[in-house]
Amino acid sequence: MAEAGLSIPEWMRKKPIDAGVSRNGRRRRTSVVERTISGLSEALRSSIFSERIAARPGLLQRIDPRIKILGFLTLLIAIGLIHSPFILLGLYAGTVLLAAMSRISPGYFVKRVWLFIPLFTGVIVLPSLFNIIRPGDPLVTLWDFGRDVHLGPWLLGDSLAVTRQGATGAVIFVLRVAASVSLAVLLTLSTRWPDLLKALRVFHVPRVFVLIISMTYRYIFLLLGLATDMFTARRSRLAGVSTPREDRRFVTGSMGALLGKSQALGEEVYAAMVSRGYSGEPRTLNRFSLAGRDLVFAACVAILAVAVIGGDRIIG
Amino acid sequence: MAENNQVGGPAIGEGNAVYEVSSVSYSYEETGALDDVTFEVKAGESLALLGANGSGKSTLLKMMNALIFPSSGSVRAFGEELSEESLQDEGFSLAFRRRVGFVFQNSDAQLFSPSVWEEIAFGPLHLELEPGEVEERVEATVHILGLEHLRDRPPFHLSSGEKKKVALASVLAISPEVLLLDEPTAGLDPKTAGFLARLTVQLAAAGKTVITATQDLALAKEVAGRAIVLGEDHRTAGDGPAARILGNRELLLSANLIHDHPHSHAGMEHYHPHSHLEEHHHGDEH
Repeated sequence: MAEAGLSIPEWMRKKPIDAGVSRNGRRRRTSVVERTISGLSEALRSSIFSERIAARPGLLQRIDPRIKILGFLTLLIAIGLIHSPFILLGLYAGTVLLAAMSRISPGYFVKRVWLFIPLFTGVIVLPSLFNIIRPGDPLVTLWDFGRDVHLGPWLLGDSLAVTRQGATGAVIFVLRVAASVSLAVLLTLSTRWPDLLKALRVFHVPRVFVLIISMTYRYIFLLLGLATDMFTARRSRLAGVSTPREDRRFVTGSMGALLGKSQALGEEVYAAMVSRGYSGEPRTLNRFSLAGRDLVFAACVAILAVAVIGGDRIIG
Repeated sequence: MAENNQVGGPAIGEGNAVYEVSSVSYSYEETGALDDVTFEVKAGESLALLGANGSGKSTLLKMMNALIFPSSGSVRAFGEELSEESLQDEGFSLAFRRRVGFVFQNSDAQLFSPSVWEEIAFGPLHLELEPGEVEERVEATVHILGLEHLRDRPPFHLSSGEKKKVALASVLAISPEVLLLDEPTAGLDPKTAGFLARLTVQLAAAGKTVITATQDLALAKEVAGRAIVLGEDHRTAGDGPAARILGNRELLLSANLIHDHPHSHAGMEHYHPHSHLEEHHHGDEH
């Protein structure tokens, strides 16, 4: 039905040039944009999955969040003090065992931890393997220069080799990171987000700090949702193959739009929270109360920490 | 619903002014949103705020929920002026938030908790109710709105209708005396929209003051006893009994709430004001 002053132009009345829906067998390349969409929805899915894990009736889920934070902090400090790769390996194995006892699939847990490690430790560890950076007893010689090589005023030595000291250091470092990251992942997977925030408040972490992390968490979801919508909307309008150049332009353009949109929506979310009484203090219904198992857990952690540090001193 | 919360403010009976909005203006940067708006809302009244897109309805509701404050003029609620300063007062802020509930137009903005159950518990918890009472209220609200099967689902994964119900539940669990509803039926299927309209009528009948911002005239007719029209110039264009306002075609046309619509009768095309307020039959020729 046409309205006064609004008429449909001729080109809009025509049928699309190629209205056929038959297949022609050619595959479209998956573009950056499409991979981004699947990445975004994966992130959303995994966060929901994490919430479910935290709701499972496992060992760590039953421990009071305050005790869990204190216990894991103690273990983190212990890990930092240990030099024996065997004890570190044992502690790491312990975290996998804890994961299994908390109904977290060990495969998922191990994968989640080790995905981080090459990224965060590789850059630091790799150079220290070699004798150029960290002199020591050569373990594997990669390149024998035959004479002393100088780089400006810097003496590189007569060969490029992986040293025993470098390799040991790297192994210790990687194990330390693996065990620490495992503990952090265990804590976040086994504790519901609001409880974790509430526990932080118990330790007198400033209210504004807790507020910032809680809002950041909300905004990540908003951002994910908005980005998924924008990328999906683009894909629905995209018939042929877009060039990488076009994709890049879209991505840079959408970053700005996304920021504006998420800020507007973020402000509204905050308003909705304030409207229902939020004043910067996260509240959850689970009142924390220490049970016998919390004390047993605390005692086990304390004994373990003393034992591993003591054991390390004896071996070391 | 549980009894009203009477903390920190005068007890209000039917007929007392809940809101006094005097000469309120507001602008976003350069754009005006409200211009010299004045009205009062009495306790127990059911009021529809009518206006086209961009007329300032949402801005007005946000102001009445003390989320933004007027550039000039004043909004008083329960006899107390709403200002950044008065909302800084913990006692007043707590009492005000307990007495006034706001259902946002955008449910996505309103739902931020990990599960439906926690979403509904958010308000009562943050308004410092006893844990036992919080649980009782959440359970009752879940039951009233028929959300039992969604209790443990993350709210952002629901359909629009379900999201709206959860958003409403999250406010009803607070049991506020005043309900501010921003376009409650926008984007909902007829069944859900009808359910929300009936619920609104029941809440009003239960003594709640209900203020509904909408451009859905059928909804206004169903739920409101009084209507205020905001014109496209952001000023009050009309204020009176809903039946009278909704019968004033001139007024509704000028506020862009109804529109001219070409009709052809016996081959002769002509225009007349058109809305879907009353049952409207079109012949086969359309």
